[in-house]
Amino acid sequence: MAADGAGAAAPIVGTTPDQIAEARDRRRHLLLLAPPAILLVFIFVYPVLGLLGQSVYKDGITLRFYQRLFAEPVYLDVLWLTFRTAATVTLLCLVLGYPLAYVLVGLPARLQRLLLIVVVLPFFVSLIVRTYAWMVLLGRLGLVNELLRKLSLIAEPLPLLYSTTGALIGMTYALLPFMVLTAFSVMKGIDGGLVRAAHSLGAGRWQAFRKIFLPLSMPGIAGGMILVFIMSLGFFITPRLMGGPSDLMIAMLIEHEVELTLNWPFASALAAVLLLVTLVGFFAYSRLVRLERMFEGTR
Amino acid sequence: MAAADAVAAGQSSGAAVRIEGLTKQFGRSKAVDDVSLDIDPGSFFTLLGPSGSGKTTTLMMVAGFVHPTAGEIFVGGRPVAGLPPQERQLGMVFQNYAVFPHLTVFQNIAFPLEVRRTPGADIRRRVGEMLELVRLSGYEQRLPRQLSGGEQQRVALARALVFRPRVLLMDEPLAALDKNLRTHMQGELKQIQQRLHVTVVYVTHDQEEALTMSDRLAVMNQGRVVQVGTPGELYEAPASLFAARFLGESSFIAGTVVDAGDGSAARMRTGAGVELSGRAASPLRVGQAVLAGIRPEKFLVDGAPAAGMNHSPGRVTGAVYAGDTTRYTVDIGAGEAVTVKLQNQMRARTRAAGDAMALSWHPAETVLFPAEAAAHGG
Amino acid sequence: MIGSEGQRTGLGTLALYGVAGLVLLLLIAPIVIVAIVSFSSAESLTFPPPGFSLRWYERFLALPGWRRALWVSVQVATITMVLATLLGLLASLALVRGRFRGKGIVYAFVLSPMIVPTIITAVALYFFFVRVVGTGSILAMAIGHTVLALPIVVMVIASTLQGFDSRLEMAAFSLGAGRLTTFRRITVPIIAPAVLSAGLFAFLTSFDELLIPLFLAGVEAETLSVRIWNSLLLEVDPMIAAVSTLFVVVTMLVLGISALLRRAGP
Repeated sequence: MAADGAGAAAPIVGTTPDQIAEARDRRRHLLLLAPPAILLVFIFVYPVLGLLGQSVYKDGITLRFYQRLFAEPVYLDVLWLTFRTAATVTLLCLVLGYPLAYVLVGLPARLQRLLLIVVVLPFFVSLIVRTYAWMVLLGRLGLVNELLRKLSLIAEPLPLLYSTTGALIGMTYALLPFMVLTAFSVMKGIDGGLVRAAHSLGAGRWQAFRKIFLPLSMPGIAGGMILVFIMSLGFFITPRLMGGPSDLMIAMLIEHEVELTLNWPFASALAAVLLLVTLVGFFAYSRLVRLERMFEGTR
Repeated sequence: MAAADAVAAGQSSGAAVRIEGLTKQFGRSKAVDDVSLDIDPGSFFTLLGPSGSGKTTTLMMVAGFVHPTAGEIFVGGRPVAGLPPQERQLGMVFQNYAVFPHLTVFQNIAFPLEVRRTPGADIRRRVGEMLELVRLSGYEQRLPRQLSGGEQQRVALARALVFRPRVLLMDEPLAALDKNLRTHMQGELKQIQQRLHVTVVYVTHDQEEALTMSDRLAVMNQGRVVQVGTPGELYEAPASLFAARFLGESSFIAGTVVDAGDGSAARMRTGAGVELSGRAASPLRVGQAVLAGIRPEKFLVDGAPAAGMNHSPGRVTGAVYAGDTTRYTVDIGAGEAVTVKLQNQMRARTRAAGDAMALSWHPAETVLFPAEAAAHGG
Repeated sequence: MIGSEGQRTGLGTLALYGVAGLVLLLLIAPIVIVAIVSFSSAESLTFPPPGFSLRWYERFLALPGWRRALWVSVQVATITMVLATLLGLLASLALVRGRFRGKGIVYAFVLSPMIVPTIITAVALYFFFVRVVGTGSILAMAIGHTVLALPIVVMVIASTLQGFDSRLEMAAFSLGAGRLTTFRRITVPIIAPAVLSAGLFAFLTSFDELLIPLFLAGVEAETLSVRIWNSLLLEVDPMIAAVSTLFVVVTMLVLGISALLRRAGP
């Protein structure tokens, strides 16, 4: 052991021995923090700032890349489509996710844990694999079309894949676990006694749900919706593989500008807009739900 | 007993703890404020106080886990300020036992010997002695999660004693046990301490535990030591309202001083006009407002009036039967009431609310406290 | 009146459970179906398969390009696992144990790669690395993945450290163990399960991730996910079902081992 005594440290005028010791302790922990902080600063913050800088600097400070983004109808269409897709996916996730979370909360602990694994499992499977799975199901000769044709509900296969419908299905599937887990984590915190109290006061099931449970689960609804919405905005893999030719979302445009057009400053401006919207959304989310809590139910 | 001799040998150098002007400041507030204590070798010393009184912080400073803002700590005559906890040679037992969950009972107790590079044969012998001492022989290969709370506590104790520490520090070690087991462990702990002649510094908020186990104890409040003494001294002669209220139970009768006496004894008159004699907790002057504190078991009832005793008429307003005793609430006039505890002996006549009860008690068992201290004493 | 309300509630409950069950089925079915299809003997994607065979797995292993991609993915993920676990452990120790101002901000900073859309991180790292090392560097991809995996590692380890009773370390100190001995003999064994499962999650994060290698892999160091991507841009290849099943197996292994580790822990 190194000499650890306060006596070994040079006395600093105006500080007591315990303050010196605590400062040493603080330094030790900050030293631990140095390697990960260095990684993040050099391999994350610096590159992202560089990207943002590129969007406003080309032969001097300029806003022309942003002007182009908001002036040309093609790009405005991309922004509009991105928002519309994200909003639709968010609503679909809510409609499918809220009832599931509600049912899960009411189940006995063992069954609940088992079914939560079913919710979480897709979440851990590679996104590209999950997208592929839906491509298999939704293709012209895929399982869904085959089934519908056997039931004589359709004569010709529906254009499920490579269409807006396909993109929506794939994205909803990919983001549904976020909605379920966020809503579930909030619902789990609701005191079941409150609903029972409402029943004892004469409220029917629907009334107790609408007047007590639903308002109390609002942070979960809002949090889940925000999370799904901001994650939809930056989606790339699923809409690119499952969407139609006109389903061009902002992340796809960024990739296109980087890889094909090689217009890096414009790609950076697009990224800056996406980042800004995401950060604002995330801030709102963090006010509603604590991020760590989302994973608690799955432990 | 071999273990007793071995540990006693380690103690022979005379390990007393001496604390001088110890202060710990957290931000603006002083958690420990100028505490000075002398702890005799081989004695059981208790720091007693409510939560937030600074007793645990004091212990943590002795152990070396909290750095003092000011003051000095000597263990066996040597200052320990510059030493980290691992070099202080003090055994410590924690509130939640802090038994290492991934090590067996044997490995837990062997841990302090292993880090001291004790030879394997010695380790086996000494761990065996300790297991015998705490009556856990045969439990060597168990893991902590297979043990009850009391058994884990004994492992923690054996582990803290096996390396023959100069002093054993204990931070509310029995607080997590249920009442029966706690009483049992108190006896066992005291027995082991006496057998090994080990110096113990014990922290608790349980006054009963402090009274039954300690050779000497210090009552702490708001970071300061209020009073130090033997359990008898603290119970019979509390030096402050805080000590009187915190340790045991007392009834307080308000009044004014009519004769300040020689500074140690004084007379007062109650609101009902009764004159009482008592010992002054601090020097008093005539006309000063005082509170007379009397323990509930000190009252005598319906005896013939004896000279030199305090007397007051009274009327029972409530009675609570508690098996061995009955506790009466007795109105002594002018809105004052005292609690009287009487043994339920065969001859004792039970009384109901409304009955008259003439009280007498000894002036030596009456302590007069300045009433203004009540504002910041309680 | 009461009867009719009861009946309506019953139907409503039934409908509710029906929806929930359907959604659960939708969550798991695609993965199961792909796993089944991967063992199909048919030349095209049909369900249910007419017979079972290992032909798609055999083809996958027979193609050197795919084998190479698997090897690259394993390398990248392994380096990511080591780097992210080490750095995440340090960050968690500092964040849980340290007492310094602005801890909340530092915590948010460490978690921020999870918040920033991956496409942005990937493009930013592409601009950065393309100037420094060009494309095709396994190490560059692993470092990029370390940034993405760090928040997950920190969340897993920090939550365990928060539950770690610091009095165990105090007890070890009081028993005479030095700082290093205490860390090695008390702290490490107790938090080891969490650290190992955090490492496995880092591996999985890297193994699954597409966007960073999509920009950084070049043609020299295609990862498995990039190869799947390139293949899917052309057609829905039945062989990808076999590769996908491999991904699912890796995921199940990671989740299974990490669950076992948690049970073994205190």
